[in-house]
Amino acid sequence: MFDLAWMAWTWQTGLFFAGIASLLIVMTLLAIYSPETERVGILRIPTTRGDRLFISLLGSAFIHLAWLGLVGLDLWWASGLSLLYAALVFRTV
Amino acid sequence: MTKTVNNKAWFLVLPVFLIVAFSAVLPLMTVVNYSVQDTFGNNQFFWNGVGWFQELLDPTTDLGGRFFDSLWRTLLFSAIILMIEVPLGILVALSMPREGWTVALSLVLMALPLLIPWNVVGTIWQVFARGDIGLLGWVVNHLGIDYNYTGDPLDAWITIVVMDVWHWTSLVALLCYAGLKSIPDAYYQAARIDGASRWAVFRTIQLPKMRRVLLIAVLLRFMDSFMIYTEPFVLTGGGPGNATTFLSIDLVKLALGQFDLGKAAAMSLVYNLIILAICWVFYTIMTNVDAQKERVEA
Repeated sequence: MFDLAWMAWTWQTGLFFAGIASLLIVMTLLAIYSPETERVGILRIPTTRGDRLFISLLGSAFIHLAWLGLVGLDLWWASGLSLLYAALVFRTV
Repeated sequence: MTKTVNNKAWFLVLPVFLIVAFSAVLPLMTVVNYSVQDTFGNNQFFWNGVGWFQELLDPTTDLGGRFFDSLWRTLLFSAIILMIEVPLGILVALSMPREGWTVALSLVLMALPLLIPWNVVGTIWQVFARGDIGLLGWVVNHLGIDYNYTGDPLDAWITIVVMDVWHWTSLVALLCYAGLKSIPDAYYQAARIDGASRWAVFRTIQLPKMRRVLLIAVLLRFMDSFMIYTEPFVLTGGGPGNATTFLSIDLVKLALGQFDLGKAAAMSLVYNLIILAICWVFYTIMTNVDAQKERVEA
């Protein structure tokens, strides 16, 4: 087997990447079994589910960073806020 | 006509996907792993949670202070060179010949600085701007202006900005020139019949036609200047003091100079996120300018 010690894995980062990977798998399956068309939302740009996922993930990263920089620890609040933000993006953008 | 969509074609991208996975995704994953740990070498890592990120985002700490300082320096640098290179590039493109043998000559001349490797550009300017043996530095000093880019922060900034303008303005000019060449003669004839002034022609014909290439030029120049490393590294090494230490230079100092892998990983992830966000904004604007135009034309 490959020696992956140099990658310095931790179970937390493993969980994080597993989450991202499963999101991508879900999106792929959705794209196969329930194809969609672009729609124009409040940003006035045509977006697909994938675009909205990207906007949600990127925004969530910034929400976490802003929370860490401005509010402090206890990132669960930031995660909650990110989920809310993602829901909003998927509904309206 | 209906097109059949065959998603099996995606398998053709598989080799590229594998290469990118090895060259980009795995290293990026490793950086994420590093960013939540600390190491004292020997491949031993200790969990640090979001500690590095917290330190990085707090300007009162050592790490946060230098991160925000470098970030502002880099943003200022990008803003300055965009404000100079874009108008200058347009001006150069407008004054380039449209026909005759001078076209080829000016295109070659414009392309010359773009062909020189970054580290060579840095070396050229390092020698050129020296007060003792460099033509520029010697002349400026003998004009009675005290100029020393290795000792004075302002001089160092001016030298780096002028160097970047020298190196990259032709890219903007060539892109704009391509945009100008695509305007049919009929537009100019119509403008002449209407008695339009030179400014009116520029405002209503040339500038709108250059919009797309200008967006690409701004995006390219912004990304390049925001990630600039080689030229200032060769010219000033980030000095005097930290006056020209841009984000990329600071990152290398942190990662390879001090071998603070955790801190450097946190910094590069935030750096990466900023670039990703800006790229997305530019890309969205660019693709939608096209889409809107298509809708209008349809």
